[in-house]
Amino acid sequence: MHSYLHIDNAKMVFDTKKGKFTALTDINLDVKQGEFIALIGHSGCGKSTLLNLVAGLTEPTQGVLLLSDKEIKGPGPERGVVFQNHSLLPWLTCFGNVYLAVERVFGAKEPKSKLKERTQAALELVGLSHAIHKHPNEISGGMKQRVGIARALAMEPKVLLLDEPFGALDALTRAGLQDELMRIVKETQATTLMVTHDVDEAVLLSDRIVMMTNGPSATIGEILEVDLPRPRDRLKLAENPAYHHLRGQVLEFLYQKHLKKAA
Amino acid sequence: MSAVTINENSLKDIMNSPDTTPLPAAVSVAEARPTPFLQTERGLAFAEAIGKFFRAVLPPILGIALFILLWQMVSVSGGESGLPGPAKTWESAKLLFADPFYDNGPNDKGIGWNILHSLYRVGAGFGLAALVGIPLGFMIGRFQFLSGMASPIISLLRPVSPLAWLPIGLYVFKETEPASLWVIFISSIWPIILNTAAGVSRVPQDYLNVARVLNLSEWKIFTRILFPSVLPHLMTGIRLSIGVAWLVIVAAEMLTGGTGLGFWVWDEWNNLNVEHILIAIFIVGIVGLLLEQVLVMIANRFNYE
Ligand SMILES: Nc1ncnc2c1ncn2[C@@H]1O[C@H](COP(=O)(O)OP(=O)(O)OP(=O)(O)O)[C@@H](O)[C@H]1O
Ligand SMILES: [Mg+2]
Repeated sequence: MHSYLHIDNAKMVFDTKKGKFTALTDINLDVKQGEFIALIGHSGCGKSTLLNLVAGLTEPTQGVLLLSDKEIKGPGPERGVVFQNHSLLPWLTCFGNVYLAVERVFGAKEPKSKLKERTQAALELVGLSHAIHKHPNEISGGMKQRVGIARALAMEPKVLLLDEPFGALDALTRAGLQDELMRIVKETQATTLMVTHDVDEAVLLSDRIVMMTNGPSATIGEILEVDLPRPRDRLKLAENPAYHHLRGQVLEFLYQKHLKKAA
Repeated sequence: MSAVTINENSLKDIMNSPDTTPLPAAVSVAEARPTPFLQTERGLAFAEAIGKFFRAVLPPILGIALFILLWQMVSVSGGESGLPGPAKTWESAKLLFADPFYDNGPNDKGIGWNILHSLYRVGAGFGLAALVGIPLGFMIGRFQFLSGMASPIISLLRPVSPLAWLPIGLYVFKETEPASLWVIFISSIWPIILNTAAGVSRVPQDYLNVARVLNLSEWKIFTRILFPSVLPHLMTGIRLSIGVAWLVIVAAEMLTGGTGLGFWVWDEWNNLNVEHILIAIFIVGIVGLLLEQVLVMIANRFNYE
């Protein structure tokens, strides 16, 4: 099988004040183009660390990561990232934050009016038309996350890296954005890696669920194929026994085999 | 709220409203005794505002009154040759500020001119320091190597007393005016460099990650991320630096002479006009306070958190 994203024996060791800390080890993963991967695991196991490696923000201590047969040597605009802590620039408005990304990707070949249109469309998509000229300190945590999502989507990236993008959202907004995400990914054929804590979300959205063991020296414990037909409808899935079976398997991995030791 | 809280105004409203039939009902309302003002909602708010005002204003007023009293006591206890008292100084100040901008030749100018001259020197010296210090601070903060190069020199020169630079200035420039600018420049540049550099090296990694993920150009990184992120630190540097400049200018002008508050103080000392020296101290304090307040206001505009 030819893989689009290829992670070979990656290992990540951090230098800390108390010496070396091995966060990830023996990470092997192949992702096909257009595939949707959910990364799930207990807090602190190294999901963000893995995502940062793919984003090119950090380099592995050992091993290689290839993206369409080229080694990942740094970040690139073909990889859109939604950060776990949203990372908006506080001195720019919501519009300004998204525009910065749009300008970078499309600025060379499109007029300003088109760039503004794209920015507006991206913010509309996440339901923030009304807050377009507010600064990040004037909006709620969930709204900030949505601006972060809009910023990544507006770049129309080939690879979407999402670090708990819906973590701070209420169930209703979350469901709406999950549906949007499914639609966008289908439309753009983006290859997606999404970190989540939510078992339902993982099963609903992904083609495969990568389940990670607990750190330190975390690695990939199991990979679960989610062979539910698309398009998926959350209400219909609720009556689907296959859905419940998959859900059960993830839960079993998380809470039986890798129960987080009480700290 | 209880239904009885009708004050005079709302009564008038009721009376004037076209819906009100001016007969029995209205009369009975008019006869009811209005609630005392301080028990109405507006009255309570008023009382609260007054209380707040006193809590905020009373302590400073008391402090100032005590200070003036102490001053009076010191001046009285000195007898004939003691310090001038508050009243005498006040009279003298009124005279001084009656015509602040007269000009009787080089050594006899109004107090307004002297203040403006000192402010101009602080502005010019500080402006030069900012022109050199801000870019230098950015480079030192961004490049570890430069930081290593600059740090021994800065650590060595920063603790030097500002006036120690004056002879060097006089020697190099052969004139007093550039020499006093030089002293302001050299003593106010350190806070700018150090705060800017600290700000640059403390730009949150998250913001730099955004820059990397978006693959921004160096120019965009500077204008959209580094500069706005450093701005609060830079403002702190500017505030400290102008503070130092204002401290130093009076001393420098005492030595260089000509014009300015410092020169004026020294001149009045030679005339043995002690009231004027006291007034000068107040002026230096008040102008310094105003400078600080303006800069704090500007700095707050750039605070995004
Ligand atoms: N820069 C770093 N230096 C040292 N240790 C780090 C660094 N980044 C992460 N770690 C450690 O690596 C481990 C994994 O961190 P990571 O942020 O990837 O966890 P996570 O799975 O994303 O957790 P969460 O679900 O809470 O976000 C943690 O133990 C963390 O302390
Ligand atoms: Mg994380």
